[in-house]
Amino acid sequence: MPLRAADSSTELAIDASGLARRFGPRWVLRGSSLQVAHGEIVGLLGANGSGKSTLLRLLATLLRPHAGTARVWGFDIAAQPDDVRRNIGFLAHAPGLYDDLTARENLAFGAAMLGRAHAAASLDAALARVGLSGSVAERVRGFSAGMQRRLALARLLLSSPRLLLLDEPYSNLDAQGIELMNAVVTSCVAEGGAALIVLHELAPAAGILHRTVTIRQGRIVEPDAPRVSATPLAGALAR
Amino acid sequence: MTWRDDWRRVRAIAWKDLTTERRSKAGFNGVVALAVTMLVLFGFALGPGAGALRDAAAGALWLTVLFSGVLAFNRSYQVELETGALEQLLLYPGPRWTIFTGKLLANLAFVALMLVIVVFVGMLLFQVEVPVAWARLLAVLALGTVGMVSMGTFYAAMASRSRAREVLLPLLLFPMLVPLLLAAMQASKALLTGDMMQEAGAWTKLLMAYDIIFLVATHLAFEHVIEA
Repeated sequence: MPLRAADSSTELAIDASGLARRFGPRWVLRGSSLQVAHGEIVGLLGANGSGKSTLLRLLATLLRPHAGTARVWGFDIAAQPDDVRRNIGFLAHAPGLYDDLTARENLAFGAAMLGRAHAAASLDAALARVGLSGSVAERVRGFSAGMQRRLALARLLLSSPRLLLLDEPYSNLDAQGIELMNAVVTSCVAEGGAALIVLHELAPAAGILHRTVTIRQGRIVEPDAPRVSATPLAGALAR
Repeated sequence: MTWRDDWRRVRAIAWKDLTTERRSKAGFNGVVALAVTMLVLFGFALGPGAGALRDAAAGALWLTVLFSGVLAFNRSYQVELETGALEQLLLYPGPRWTIFTGKLLANLAFVALMLVIVVFVGMLLFQVEVPVAWARLLAVLALGTVGMVSMGTFYAAMASRSRAREVLLPLLLFPMLVPLLLAAMQASKALLTGDMMQEAGAWTKLLMAYDIIFLVATHLAFEHVIEA
């Protein structure tokens, strides 16, 4: 479902070929190939257990493939995982926050782990960007699921990632949160990045996606070629 | 990444672990309650004889530290697992040993604080006086703690990948700690009773060798146990 034209470039953010992964005897991913070009925002659709999250976790270097290869911005996920990690921002199902730290402390910890010293003011600015300026000194334990997701998004932005790997990023978000998420994704991609978004429902991301791919029983069944032309498909559809 | 970045990561993890522990208090209170209960039970089991109590003091102290430490080691990864934070930790670029060192430092601080309480309570209950060679005893306590915490932190990381981690950790850890506990108990006992046979030195050297070997080995192997 192409909805918006992608940036024109031949650089591939993701170049995966024949990726396979099993858990015990069960193959969850069975030879998936996918290319995502520079400037693209791609939605990854599929039923529960089809392998969407596993594919994302392989690309994020959280899992090692049992077969196949993948490159993220030219870096091999198996041989150069650290270079891959420097270029990605991964938003998982679980927020990965510390309940007994405040919002600002969670961000400060994230910044330190990235090897950066961030001033309190810059951390507060990052929190304001995701609409949490009133909760900087509150412990995460008291946050709603939506607030936790916003905080996780602020942490993700600290690293200025070139590739966003988002696993159902819209869950627990209200209308404002969805708008915020879409604004963040589009601005990251506009600055020279790309995004692969796992979705259960297309609706929240429909306005920003360039195309979708579907994964079924561990295989990508609609492997669209990366759209590198600047054809304004959204405009063409409107006409 | 420079060594400054690595050091910043180590400090961040140690600070995070200690801050979350200080604020939740659940872990430390539980560990100290268990340690004091064990010491009291050991004291009752050994009876009122001052000689028997003093002879058993070193053994009781190290066993108390061991069982209480296991709770602390398990907890240091439980905090990461509760909200998917371990996965997030692994997404940060940089060497994995920095995660291990940060957790090791936090666990060292935690166990050292517990040890202070255990030693104080133990001296009261077991009628032990401060020995002449107190500095050497302190060194033995420090060496024993470093060895135990490095192995505990490492095996807790390994067990954290399993659903049965609470059961798995003691199964993996206890056999590996036998030489350390033997050396620490013998050295402590010798120093508490005046070291008539001049045996504390040999046991202390064994402790030092154990610490060096396993500090290096656990740092090198950590990456392989924490990655999926």
